[in-house]
Amino acid sequence: MPQSPQKPLREYLIGNGAFLRGANASVCLDRLVDGSNLDRPLSELAGRSVLLATRDQLTSALALIELDGIARRIVLCLPDLPDEHLSKVIALAQADALVHGPEGIQKAACEIPLRVACGLDVRKVQTSPLPRQETEWILLTSGTTGAPKLVVHTLASLTAAITTKPDPQQSIVWATFYDIRRYGGLQIFLRAMLGGTSLVLSAADEPMSAHLERLGRHEVTHLTGTPSHWRWALLNPAARAISPRYVRLSGEIADQSILESLHEFYPAAKSGHAYASTEAGVGFEVNDGLEGFPANLVGQHGGRVELKIVNGSLRIRSNGTARCYLGTAERLKDDEGFVDTGDVIELRDGRYYFIGRRGGIINVGGLKVHPEEIEAVINRHPEVRMSLVRGRKNSITGAIVVADVVLREKLDPATQRSVEVRQEILRACREKLPQHKVPAAIRFVPVLDLSSAGKTVRHYA
Amino acid sequence: MSIRLTVIKELEEVAEEQNVVLPPRSDSLVLLDSGLDSLGFAILVARLEDALGFDPFSAAEEAYFPVTLGDFIRVYEHAAKPAEATA
Repeated sequence: MPQSPQKPLREYLIGNGAFLRGANASVCLDRLVDGSNLDRPLSELAGRSVLLATRDQLTSALALIELDGIARRIVLCLPDLPDEHLSKVIALAQADALVHGPEGIQKAACEIPLRVACGLDVRKVQTSPLPRQETEWILLTSGTTGAPKLVVHTLASLTAAITTKPDPQQSIVWATFYDIRRYGGLQIFLRAMLGGTSLVLSAADEPMSAHLERLGRHEVTHLTGTPSHWRWALLNPAARAISPRYVRLSGEIADQSILESLHEFYPAAKSGHAYASTEAGVGFEVNDGLEGFPANLVGQHGGRVELKIVNGSLRIRSNGTARCYLGTAERLKDDEGFVDTGDVIELRDGRYYFIGRRGGIINVGGLKVHPEEIEAVINRHPEVRMSLVRGRKNSITGAIVVADVVLREKLDPATQRSVEVRQEILRACREKLPQHKVPAAIRFVPVLDLSSAGKTVRHYA
Repeated sequence: MSIRLTVIKELEEVAEEQNVVLPPRSDSLVLLDSGLDSLGFAILVARLEDALGFDPFSAAEEAYFPVTLGDFIRVYEHAAKPAEATA
């Protein structure tokens, strides 16, 4: 596929007064054309592997624009990464520079020799041209052990699905419920940057009603999130504060019910659901208002994206797929360059429908949860023999995590000890795991199904 | 236990687990400002489904998540009625 050379992100700034807006501050992107939000010269970061670890999305967004094309590698860190995982990320990425926010530096990152602060203050700077290079963008995604996997992209692969050109007549304002340091949010950040449009960022601790009212004040026209984000938004009276022209879903299975709810709620808005993952990139968009996707998308050749189905699960090859995992021999693609998404699909009447994940991965509101990670924590309790973590369907987050636990010795559920063991397991989970991975219910069961290979049997959620 | 007491008991338990300090439990308590996030409400709705046998939010009729605790309890009381009638 012929490709024009990729411009660095900063060169897409077109001086049209577009804004990046956080919960408490906004920055006009024109100021970045000859400005910087870093407290040291950008030249010091040239050619380095930079860990970008700020609490706030806005400071990270500004730093990304500056660093692309200058740094050798940018690692997009998510806030609240435990120290043990952050140390591993730093080692695997061979990070030799840190860009941190005004909140300070997490303990594990103190080892990094060069530390640069970034904030919301964009100052004018005199810069001489720096040598350009293709920057690796490293996204973190969750692995079975709980430690993140590092997925290597470039600006070219991240923007492969973005075909729209800037159009000042459209007066688009983008927003997303995602964090822009996750793949789904990053897509929208890059869409806004390449399109020269404003973007309203989400904020981790902001209640949905305040967020929606803020989106309304900034007259957001294009809004994206997971089906769970949308279900939760539509249950909020402040959903009337916005009147988007385009709504988009990704990150989880979009079922017919949420597609219809969105259409009823925002009848004037076009809607679409996209299939994308950190590793596979953006696969396709479906704009016909129906769940699933047309069967003729599979097996087409010569387009940007090729889909095939192997053993019931969807595989994707495109110029948007990630290059590889960093620092591990684990392969991201098969011999023909296809990424196995692990999403199991089924053909019915000329259309493919998603029916779950292979390997039992649970999708809690768009966040991937590997059952093994939670089972490992539960199994550490001295009275637990084995456990099976699974997803349970939920009307708000799509799924929640529940656990079936076999104890070494059967406890009478009426006894105090039974209550205590349950609480001890939950306490261990809360200490070791982020909230969305803590089981919402623990059930003591006499036995779990085992396969002939001696593994617990996982059923598709 | 009445639906009202079940809802309040489960709400208190989920809040405690999520380290959320709830304001006093009056009918006018605004749920979305209570400190629980969507995950907290997802767990609450699941627990109430176990306790009461139904999830009113899985049905399409519920246009909005109730604003106050009083409204939330009424959604459950309302949803329970048809089941009682057929019982």
